Amino acid sequence: MIEISGLIKRFGPTVVLNGIDLSIRPGERIVVIGPSGTGKSTLLRCINFLDRADAGRIRIGDLAVDASRATRAQILAVRRRTAFVFQNYALFANRTARGNITEALVTVQGLPKTEAVARADAILRDIGLIDKADAYPAALSGGQQQRIGIGRALALNADLILFDEPTSALDPEWVGEVLDLMRRIAERRQTMLIVTHEMQFAREIADRVIFMEGGRIIEQGTPGEVFDSPRDPRTQEFLRRVR
Amino acid sequence: MRALDLDYMLGLVPVLLRYLPLTLAMAVAAMVLALILALLLAMVRVSRIPVLNQIVQGFISFFRGTPLLVQLFLFYYGLPQIVPAFSAINGVQAAITGLTLHFAAYMAESIRAAILGVDRSQWEASQAIGMTQVQAMRRIILPQAARIAAPTLLNYFIDMIKSTSLAFTLGVTEMMGAAQKEAASSFRYFEAFLLVAIFYWIVVELLSVVQRWLEVRMNRALAR
Repeated sequence: MIEISGLIKRFGPTVVLNGIDLSIRPGERIVVIGPSGTGKSTLLRCINFLDRADAGRIRIGDLAVDASRATRAQILAVRRRTAFVFQNYALFANRTARGNITEALVTVQGLPKTEAVARADAILRDIGLIDKADAYPAALSGGQQQRIGIGRALALNADLILFDEPTSALDPEWVGEVLDLMRRIAERRQTMLIVTHEMQFAREIADRVIFMEGGRIIEQGTPGEVFDSPRDPRTQEFLRRVR
Repeated sequence: MRALDLDYMLGLVPVLLRYLPLTLAMAVAAMVLALILALLLAMVRVSRIPVLNQIVQGFISFFRGTPLLVQLFLFYYGLPQIVPAFSAINGVQAAITGLTLHFAAYMAESIRAAILGVDRSQWEASQAIGMTQVQAMRRIILPQAARIAAPTLLNYFIDMIKSTSLAFTLGVTEMMGAAQKEAASSFRYFEAFLLVAIFYWIVVELLSVVQRWLEVRMNRALAR
């Protein structure tokens, strides 16, 4: 069980997260939607401490952390139980596709090199990029880079994978392959928290859809509830605009 | 006007060649030490460690703000008068120390700029997979910063090789010192100094070839 409670984040005078409460069951696939600038990405970044929340608590299983007072060791512990997929892929430019996946296994988890390579190759086969194992990120297409980015996240065996608009930076031609891969991961009941603008995709894979606006969760429910009969006028208005 | 004494110059070639190793050794030693020191200074600047950061800023400011020759004189002729322990130091050691401090100051700023030039996403991705700051720096950031800084650092190395000639003012007989001595005894100043200039020029040109080769190699990971 993952629990986020009372998460608040300000950038200067702007309140970006205004008290977020969210519990995530193991295996649950949650999609967060909402207008841009409403704190969806910040929520993900605060969970992983890429941004430091000003208040709130984060609990992952038996690991409970006060977000504003977390020590370096606690932050590291949270990060080692979560994985993050970036909008701009953020692959390590000085590592090959395989190296991007083995990096965490060797450096963070202390796996022997041969074991790490074996696991990386299994993942590369799974995501259909074993033939690109020795390619550097700059030589890969956007879609391929993002699939490696997802492979890197998978390798961590994280309790929760955070997806921060994983297809927003992609050329339209590459969006499909990334969504297909995410669909397959979702089918394995990997716990996922996904920020995306792909409404059809959200409807297909989400157990729960959360609508955020103004740093708050306005409404949540099954895709059927949120997409087909939204209760809050703000959700209705947003869905009207994106359709 | 008289003709160039080519025979004299040819005869001088083996003499200068004998001192080339010392010139190169001083340059390499100072470069290695300066790189290590510059890396440490850059780390302090990047991580903005309080107090230490200000000290490093002062250090860099002084060694960039004063001529190398003045620093060498201060170090070799001046310091032993104040701190007697320094009188044990010989000319070669003093030259290497001076070159190290001087160039470390410049190189620290290049390395710092290179580290800051690495895309922020590389930091975030390192952190996101659970690396400590030291791990991220060592495995992801520094290798990429090295690629950014390499051309500049090699330029400093070229500058360093030429600057070893100042060691002659501390009584060290390296290539420049040897040329000076030969010139003084034969009165063939033009030939001797022209030849030593050609020597430096060739060494630097050879290095430029290495520099171009290295740049191609290091950029391979970024090539499409």
